[in-house]
Amino acid sequence: MSGAPAGPPPRDARASRGGARAFAQRLVSGDEAARLVVTVASGAILLVTALLVFELWTNSGLSREKFGLRFLVTQTWDPNAGVFGALPFAYGTVVTSFLSLLIAVPVGVGAAIFLSEMAPPKLSDALTFCIELLAAVPSVIYGLLGVFVMMPLIKAHLAPGLRAALGWTPLFQGPFYGVSFLAAGIVLAVMILPFIVSVSRQVLLAVPPEQREGALALGATKWETTWRVVVPYARRGITGSVFLALARALGETMAVTMVVGNAPQIKASLLAPGYSIAAVIANEFTEATSDLYVHALIELGLVLFALTIVINGVARLLVLSTSRHAGSPA
Amino acid sequence: MTSAARLRYRRVVNGAMFGATGACTVAIAGVLLFILFYLFVNGARRIDLAFFTELPTPVGEPGGGMANAIVGSAKILALATVIGVPVGFLGGVYLAEYGSRGFAFAVRYTTDLLNGVPSIVIGIFAYTLIVLKAKHFSTLAGGVALGIMMIPIAVRSTEEFLRAVPSGLREGALALGTPKWRMLATVVVPAAKDGIITGIMLNLARVAGETAPLLFTSFSNRFWSPGLDQPTASLPVMIYTYAVSPYDDWHRQAWAAGFVLLLFILLINLGARVILRRRVAGGGRS
Repeated sequence: MSGAPAGPPPRDARASRGGARAFAQRLVSGDEAARLVVTVASGAILLVTALLVFELWTNSGLSREKFGLRFLVTQTWDPNAGVFGALPFAYGTVVTSFLSLLIAVPVGVGAAIFLSEMAPPKLSDALTFCIELLAAVPSVIYGLLGVFVMMPLIKAHLAPGLRAALGWTPLFQGPFYGVSFLAAGIVLAVMILPFIVSVSRQVLLAVPPEQREGALALGATKWETTWRVVVPYARRGITGSVFLALARALGETMAVTMVVGNAPQIKASLLAPGYSIAAVIANEFTEATSDLYVHALIELGLVLFALTIVINGVARLLVLSTSRHAGSPA
Repeated sequence: MTSAARLRYRRVVNGAMFGATGACTVAIAGVLLFILFYLFVNGARRIDLAFFTELPTPVGEPGGGMANAIVGSAKILALATVIGVPVGFLGGVYLAEYGSRGFAFAVRYTTDLLNGVPSIVIGIFAYTLIVLKAKHFSTLAGGVALGIMMIPIAVRSTEEFLRAVPSGLREGALALGTPKWRMLATVVVPAAKDGIITGIMLNLARVAGETAPLLFTSFSNRFWSPGLDQPTASLPVMIYTYAVSPYDDWHRQAWAAGFVLLLFILLINLGARVILRRRVAGGGRS
């Protein structure tokens, strides 16, 4: 470095916030300008986010005023009559998301345990790499495979099996066309798996090695150590990963839109077609003709926004509390 | 005797759980291999030169390509990078080098919040911001939507890699009398360059496949879209519309487009990892 010709000799202490002239001097020198630039950019992030909330709020005004809370608990969605009730969409979002968690959580946590505790390091690295790549596959590609590969498979094998074994419950009754809550739940499960695995694995890796060594020294097997010592230690973080995945699932649009069937109805059967909040926005937004219609769809966006904010917040708290707690000795 | 049986039981459980958790892992990794294999088989053989050079044909006419969608996607991504990366990068520099107390907390918190917003909601935002005012769909609106999506990851990766730069470098530069901004621009940021570039690449790969925010911002177009002010086709939206259409020809095109998109995304991911690995190896040597 050839020194700093423009650098002002009397720095900080002496010229400290002295006055406009000192500020101007430092501005010319570049230091204050640099601080200003990065601060403005950071402010822009706050501004964009505030604007996002503002736009969602104001552009859903018509619908919020007209329907109030009934919006979320009534079932009639009739754009021609100007009546909008979002319950079937909310129902579909909740059902498909929880179905996906039901499938993805055991498999994902199992895989995370394998990768962080049981597998030899080289194998673990290779498999982790594969699973991280899986997270990079776009939603629309999952949808494509869901429509042309997974749905025929479910129709030919899984659905008849489920109906034969569990057809007596209301969950697996009625005709099956392929598009269904079940198909959406399975696609979502595959999509959220990488998140559960990678966050859970990180949380497990953050458990101090002394915990494992203690259990192993007492004669516990690898599995006993993992299940009785390591997993309980990381429990909150793993729960956090599940919440993160849930937030993902709730907002997921394309793959669900392509396989859920887009039928605004509330059916107990998982084999029936349904709808979801994100899917109805994707499908109807460009067709919305009246202002009220657009506002109703934007209100759905607002609902989705609020839901994911809350769930992400909870998730972050859980993950942070574990890693801080676990990471403190390091 | 009983204790031996007990030990054997515990060993069996241990082995069984090793197998079970391993099976979970292999199943997930298998999904990736399956996706790659299936897209390769179904997509790669449907790709020809026309796919990259011709416009889509009308329904029923075989052939044609997605040249306009490829160019459209490239334009949207370039625009998104121009919008999202500078803001995110500077925000990351602020958090890593300047940030303190209240404001930094607010910025970090908001960034996380923005990162968690579903992509379709970002699409609505860009719609109200641009499409509603201009009264028509445009490449610009799509670029803005994806640009906003790039900000949080750009902030995070920049901050992370800047923090990884040893503080000795900063102190050395400052001790020579270098002003802070110069220290950052000539010492710290160059030291973190590889990481930051990797972050941008991964960020780009992530938004390249986004479909939902484009549906009602850049919309779609059967023809070329000059400039930034008109609706444009893009690969992800084309995959979606072609996949849900009832025509076999279009399904074939959707597979081809899916293959191209996935290949692009995976190559960026692999490239980014190669750069990172090289950096780690280099760091170890010095």
